[in-house]
Amino acid sequence: MNTAATRELMDYDEVVERFDPVLGLEVHVELNTRTKMFCGCSTKFGAEPNTQVCPTCLGLPGSLPVVNRMAVESVIRIGLALSCSIAPWCRFARKNYFYPDMPKNFQISQYDEPIAVHGWLDVTLDDGSTVRIEIERAHMEEDTGKSLHVGGTTGRIHGADYSLLDYNRAGVPLIEIVTKPIVGTGARAPIVARAYVTALRDLLRALGVSDVRMDQGSLRCDTNVSLMPRGVVTFGTRTETKNVNSLRSVERAVRFEMTRQAGVLAAGEKVIQETRHFDESSGSTSPGRRKETAEDYRYFPEPDLPPIAPSPEWVEQLRATLPELPWQRRQRIQREWSLSGEELRDLVNAGALDLVAATVEAGAPSGEARSWWVSYLAQQANARGVPLDELPITPAQLARVIELVASGELSNTLARQVVDGVLAGEGSPDDVVAARGLAVVSDDSALIAAVDSALAAQPDVAEKIRGGKIAAAGAIVGAVMKATRGQADAKRVRELVLERCTS
Amino acid sequence: MNTELTRLTAAELAAKIHSREVSAVEVARAHLDRIAAVDGGADQGVHAFLHVAADAALASATLVDEALGVGSAPASPLAGVPLALKDVFTTLDMPTTAGSRILEGWRPPYDATVTRRLRAAAITILGKTNMDEFAMGSSTEYSAYGPTRNPWDTSRVPGGSGGGSASALAAFEAPLAVGTDTGGSIRQPAAFTGTVGVKPTYGGVSRYGLIACASSLDQAGPCARTVLDAALLHEVIAGHDPLDSTSIDRPVPAVVDAARVGAAGDLSGIRIGIVRQLGGEGYQPGVQSCFDAALRMLEKLGAELIEVNCPHFEYGLAAYYLILPSEVSSNLARFDAMRYGLRVQSGFEESAEQVMAATREAGFGPEVKRRIMLGTYALSSGYYEAYYGQAQKVRTLISRDFAAAFEQADVLVSPTAPTTAFPIGDKVDDPLAMYLNDLATIPANLAGTAAMSVPSGLAEEGLPAGLQVMAPVMGEAVMYRVAAAFEAARDADQGGPVIHRVPESEVRA
Amino acid sequence: MPVISRDEVAHLARLARLAVTEAELDVFAGQLGVILGAVARISEVAADDIPPTSHAVPRSNVFRRDELRPGLEQQQALAGAPAAEEGRFRVPRILGEES
Ligand SMILES: [Mg+2]
Ligand SMILES: [Zn+2]
Repeated sequence: MNTAATRELMDYDEVVERFDPVLGLEVHVELNTRTKMFCGCSTKFGAEPNTQVCPTCLGLPGSLPVVNRMAVESVIRIGLALSCSIAPWCRFARKNYFYPDMPKNFQISQYDEPIAVHGWLDVTLDDGSTVRIEIERAHMEEDTGKSLHVGGTTGRIHGADYSLLDYNRAGVPLIEIVTKPIVGTGARAPIVARAYVTALRDLLRALGVSDVRMDQGSLRCDTNVSLMPRGVVTFGTRTETKNVNSLRSVERAVRFEMTRQAGVLAAGEKVIQETRHFDESSGSTSPGRRKETAEDYRYFPEPDLPPIAPSPEWVEQLRATLPELPWQRRQRIQREWSLSGEELRDLVNAGALDLVAATVEAGAPSGEARSWWVSYLAQQANARGVPLDELPITPAQLARVIELVASGELSNTLARQVVDGVLAGEGSPDDVVAARGLAVVSDDSALIAAVDSALAAQPDVAEKIRGGKIAAAGAIVGAVMKATRGQADAKRVRELVLERCTS
Repeated sequence: MNTELTRLTAAELAAKIHSREVSAVEVARAHLDRIAAVDGGADQGVHAFLHVAADAALASATLVDEALGVGSAPASPLAGVPLALKDVFTTLDMPTTAGSRILEGWRPPYDATVTRRLRAAAITILGKTNMDEFAMGSSTEYSAYGPTRNPWDTSRVPGGSGGGSASALAAFEAPLAVGTDTGGSIRQPAAFTGTVGVKPTYGGVSRYGLIACASSLDQAGPCARTVLDAALLHEVIAGHDPLDSTSIDRPVPAVVDAARVGAAGDLSGIRIGIVRQLGGEGYQPGVQSCFDAALRMLEKLGAELIEVNCPHFEYGLAAYYLILPSEVSSNLARFDAMRYGLRVQSGFEESAEQVMAATREAGFGPEVKRRIMLGTYALSSGYYEAYYGQAQKVRTLISRDFAAAFEQADVLVSPTAPTTAFPIGDKVDDPLAMYLNDLATIPANLAGTAAMSVPSGLAEEGLPAGLQVMAPVMGEAVMYRVAAAFEAARDADQGGPVIHRVPESEVRA
Repeated sequence: MPVISRDEVAHLARLARLAVTEAELDVFAGQLGVILGAVARISEVAADDIPPTSHAVPRSNVFRRDELRPGLEQQQALAGAPAAEEGRFRVPRILGEES
């Protein structure tokens, strides 16, 4: 039995009072290249098992790897976006260990000569503060196959009778991005971890190099955590938690390990350096199988692959292809939309930045776009319990609604009804307007008729207006609005009332 | 049986086939008959072949005849000529075992680039030849399928690892063969069997589909009974292959022209360096005197002889026996009973890890296991710098020795192997004695330079010895020229090719 | 001469996934010791300032384009497998990390 596992967790407030956490985050990103890292097989997700394989990614005798240029370009672009130095010369190495999901029983990776080193990523937290996360390295490697465990507890490796292997994923280009130890985050360590992975995901998405789908495994995070008693400067023993498959889990896994390790240390025991697994349902970590022998990967330079020496010209060409990066974009948007820091943060926190930007791109003024997304639509999303970007209305559709309001064809009240119709699946804003008959009555002849009949119905009021009591016009306007079920433009109605009474 | 056809060179056969004097099918059949007569099996005969693809060979030859029959030009200068392929190249239509039990019966789902090029050249592939398991060995005794015997004396080894290919040539079972050379596996068997074997520049011939021994040293090359035949085959199999990242993207040296120029017999203006470190002590007297006679002949051909100093060559063997096992330990990790090959499983309770270990224990022979363990040791943390790291530095020093020597000389020469063919069983349990066979051939593998062996004459007990000619990276043309000039002069001097003095193999009724 | 103990041989065999027998432990311990003794002279070479050679014939930046190349059909891929099921390679139970 592992006694440490049964140790009580320490209350989080006490943990951060007594200990300083040190984080290390390793993110594996599957690139969205068309083909694998070292062969021409497709990387498409979800194909029939073992249909996207060839001698090379199956590790057949005699097969050889050839590097995918696009994957190298992607990692260089990632490195540049993370402000890394790009190595003028680097190599692949073999990482030797036996595992059935690895066809050659070594992984082609990079060891002491990674392609990108020493960068950083500035991460903004919900409270508006910024933490600079130092990047140690970003390197290239290949993914493993997938195993399906049969028998025992379904899908679990322990107690399985046998396993079934699919090598479609084997050889998919993988970029491993490793942070330097992150110190000094204190109680914020879990949210820093989450914010870092979020920011990295957004960056990779902006670069267009990966699908960054944590649910499909195209972005995976291992969290390293250790604790130092307050005042101590040497790092404690760390654990590495694998299998952390969502942003929320990153935060929970770090938090759990902090409370667990603190409990172990408080009991006078030692934290064991090990790999642990995160369990989504319980939010806890558990130890992986401890190896009887220490890891010895026997790295050596991959003899089948010549070195990579990116020329400065090539690197600069790639730098020129970098799109506007998330933080640059936020700065630009803040400037262009004249937002305060707080307003920008609210937009970001509400998950509305991209939606507003897209709405603006579709022609809407930023003020209207922003207010729709953060108020009325945010309420609708909340009511439905879905994220904002899953509401069934597109930025272009919203931009059309805003346009109809601006041109006077819809009143604000009507606009909401149109949006409701779109959300209800009744079609485009114009479809809803047509189907529900919601257009503002802007045909003067129709309005004049309505005004005349209202004046006729209330001759006393009409008389007052004619006598100069302009304030009395309100009653007539109200009657017209009622008669037109709110579809008239009130301002125009008023003008018409006054016109009819003075002519 | 038409034994005359089996005595012809590849160039002569090609001429007869292309002029329709004989058919490719007749030629194939003559060689298949010869194989049936002399090859025997694990217990007797030459045992050069692990697999004979008679039907496929005849079918391929038929296509050549049909094409020629409708007036098409031959697919290559060697179209219709039979060839023996070392069982280390993958072949779609034949099993590929690399001489190992762990791959017994394995049918690769793809052709090696060398295989594809042979097929494209319409060369008739007769079958797959025996070899030391995973090309580790210098005698072909480490084949899991029994040793190959040397046609010069069937109680002796043919050298290794490519003993099957070399013996197939010497027994007139095939006029051409393809081998691989990691530390001398083409050249040393060539020397032991009185045939010609060429290790091209590293990267000169694609390794795609060549079951790796040591990736940074392995190189496929042509084997034949004459220098010209080797050159003809060289031009078929060499050249850039985008599937091999270490393949050289430059035109193939014009070795056929060079061999023809050389055969004219003039080496004036050629500087030949004698490597001081490769000869003398440790070299059998008869081998040494064959070498000395070769030097006199080269001088007579007009070459200028000089002595060159390669001080780090003496560390080559040690560097080689660290680098090779290290790469082997990694390359052979894939043989794990999961996806192909042997699986040894005694019960359902066993884990994948146990099945891997049991299979590898049963499927690999002792030499392979020894080298895997040695390599595992040399790469493990704490030892890497002292062993693998230091060996890679020695490699640099050996390359520098070569570079300095090639400043002074166009080619370098040495005896190919320190001894002639030794008796089967002599060194099989003494790894170090076995490793010494590769003393003279290893430096070229470590430096990636070109080298070849051409018969130099007969030494003790009438057994052949080889002259090694070494050239710089992509310097094959001058190497072939020197070898061809020497071959012509030697044949003239000795009254015919060395190989013609091989005893007639016993032909079973 | 470096002496390789039986335990070291056993450790190497475990790393290399070789279920060596007790008898082999002794044989290999002896032979590895002899071979390592013979190659140990490599340390005599003063090479501190010498760069190591990993690739004898230097090349660099050898790439392929990101273009699909036909691979194997599922049944070709599985044809050589000791066991297969549902289009997958069937292997004995894996002890180890969940992944
Ligand atoms: Mg990694
Ligand atoms: Zn593939």
